[in-house]
Amino acid sequence: MKRRYVTIWFQHLVTDWMGRKHPELKQLPFVMAAPERGRMVVKAVNNIAQSKGIDEGMVVADCRAILPSLQVYDAVEGTHERLLHALAEWCIRYTPVVALDLPDGLILDTSGCPHLWGSEQAYIKDIYTKLTSYGYHIRIGMADTIGAAWAVARYGKNAIVETCMQVKALSPLPPAALRLDNVVADRLDKLGLKQISNLYQMPRNALKRRFGEMLLTRLDQALGQEAEFITAVKPVEPYQERLPCLEPIRTAKAIEIAIRKLLNRLCTQLGKKGKGLRRSLLTAYRIDGNIQKIGIGTNKASRHVEHLFKLFELKIPSIEPDLGIELFIMEAQDVEDMVTKQEAIWHEKERDQTAIAELLDRIAGKVGKEAIRKYLPDEHYMPERAFKSATTYDESPATSWRIDTPRPIHLLSKPEPIEVTVPIPDYPPMLFIYKGKLHNIRKADGPERIEQEWWLKAGLFRDYYCVEDEAGCRYWLFRSGHYKDGDPKWFLHGFFA
Amino acid sequence: MQGTSKYEIIQQLQKEVLALQGHRKAQAVPKESIGLDMILKAFPENSFPIAVHEFLSNNSENAAATNGFISGLLSKLLPSYGVIVWVSMQQLTYPVGLKWFSLHPDRIVFINLTNSKQVLWTIEEALKCTSVAAVVGELSELSFKQSRRLQLAVEASHVTGFIHRHNPTSENTVACVTRWKIQPVASITEQGLPGLGFPRWKVQLLKVRNGQPATWEIEWSAGNFHVREQQSLSTTIYKIKTG
Repeated sequence: MKRRYVTIWFQHLVTDWMGRKHPELKQLPFVMAAPERGRMVVKAVNNIAQSKGIDEGMVVADCRAILPSLQVYDAVEGTHERLLHALAEWCIRYTPVVALDLPDGLILDTSGCPHLWGSEQAYIKDIYTKLTSYGYHIRIGMADTIGAAWAVARYGKNAIVETCMQVKALSPLPPAALRLDNVVADRLDKLGLKQISNLYQMPRNALKRRFGEMLLTRLDQALGQEAEFITAVKPVEPYQERLPCLEPIRTAKAIEIAIRKLLNRLCTQLGKKGKGLRRSLLTAYRIDGNIQKIGIGTNKASRHVEHLFKLFELKIPSIEPDLGIELFIMEAQDVEDMVTKQEAIWHEKERDQTAIAELLDRIAGKVGKEAIRKYLPDEHYMPERAFKSATTYDESPATSWRIDTPRPIHLLSKPEPIEVTVPIPDYPPMLFIYKGKLHNIRKADGPERIEQEWWLKAGLFRDYYCVEDEAGCRYWLFRSGHYKDGDPKWFLHGFFA
Repeated sequence: MQGTSKYEIIQQLQKEVLALQGHRKAQAVPKESIGLDMILKAFPENSFPIAVHEFLSNNSENAAATNGFISGLLSKLLPSYGVIVWVSMQQLTYPVGLKWFSLHPDRIVFINLTNSKQVLWTIEEALKCTSVAAVVGELSELSFKQSRRLQLAVEASHVTGFIHRHNPTSENTVACVTRWKIQPVASITEQGLPGLGFPRWKVQLLKVRNGQPATWEIEWSAGNFHVREQQSLSTTIYKIKTG
């Protein structure tokens, strides 16, 4: 589709806004000023003051000399940005993609929108009348490119540049209309290049050498030979469903119905595109202006309405309907391609996997994702490092689990110190005391020496013994270090079955 | 009705009663491989019931023995595929150690939680999911009401549940079909060789609905259970009514 852009230039953005707030100011010349290097400098000027020869950047004392009746107000830093942002959101009624053009403009990507107003003229006229009736002094340009629209808005005679006519439309305009900085624009003017048409015939490398890369880029962008991108103030979610409610909604049951309806629509929409949901957000707009949000996430792309509903159901109690909710919006924040596989009659593995992924989603939604672990073998001898957490649920082990050495069924996360009596070094102990209880050792196996992995952690090696006491209980003990280096410490590290 | 004897009628009725009580046989498991023939005799219809089983342990050693026995049951009595959900408050189970009981640790999804309410919710939710092979839950307290919820979930989904209660304040009545106690006993090495033998437990089946409580000494060796000696409790303990 051919792209069309509209740029709006607010000539007196801040002062118009002041006039809107204080209607009595509309007929008076006034400026907004801020201190700069010990003087008050004009930051914004209204149309009446401007017609009297006052301009931005002048010192207030000089202005007062020109126009003694001039009113001066304090300029607040960042006002125009805030105003533009609010106006951009207001402009979303004309197109979903609205971007800021600091310091005093807006860019609207109107592709595919004007026909809703009948024609481009009617569209532009609607924007113009609405904004001027609010008291803003604006100029509008419309063209195939942002650059051309910007140029005609500031310097052109006709607001609309017909499709593919930007070369002709830009020809009579001054080079400053190309969004150049003042230094370059002045230099062009000084060299007698008063019109953009003068630049068309010039060799490109000469232009680049004399005026910099920027001039060429701007020229190309204005003529549509180079793409230009804008950042919308509110990014458009491609998968979104909204449900306005006639009556404000206050009960959990009604919210359930709303979620079900939205999910049904969203999943049908996703199904057509072959996508599945990974992350979704439900926003509930309350009639008192408050916004309530609940979000869900899944382990695997899914468009199973029942399952997704169950995930939302767990979060419904956290919504506070208060006076009532008037609008629900459900967005798919994250989607993934999802292949629908043909179901086999006898082979149930695929279905099982989906069911388990859904179970884990529900558990993760209730108790948190961190609680769920799946372990895979890791190639380390140290018992604490012999396994690792799998990063995804589907991950399968790269190596096999080792069973060549005995390992306990219960392993203490932190080995607990014990007191032992050992007949001679490197022999298993005769007895040990753990938590104040004496265990006489009847049978023992070992030692199995496991060295510390010095590249991971410094420490002593461990000599592991499997022992069995007189009651038949089996333990996994270890001695840390050599006897010759003093009195080594003994620890209990696990319980055998 | 000519050909049917009184015995057959009673057998038939008993089957119907069992079905009403939610008893369900385990799917066809090759009997030879289990090594638990003696144990299966304690259960109704000589088959391990798909139900919620309760295990009690009162110290760390018994807890380890119980988890070892459960791992053995999981690997021997249930199909060798499918996901096992293992819910616990503080995870002591060492994944590498499970492999010793022929159980692939990567089949298990461990869920570590902080409070018992969440544990119960997760166990119930997992038991409701028909695609899960089995659910193991470790907690300490289980009330009758809670256990009945779990049992009802199992009866709908036919997933076996193992509830391991560690250090319960009281051994209260619960709706589980069986109650077990596993204690480690001294291992026996062949011909008195030095060193440790295979894991050996005193397995007490204290309660079993429609079955015969009993005690065995069971050894886990060569990837299988071996019942070493049997001593029926039925002479000493009369059937304890469960549930």
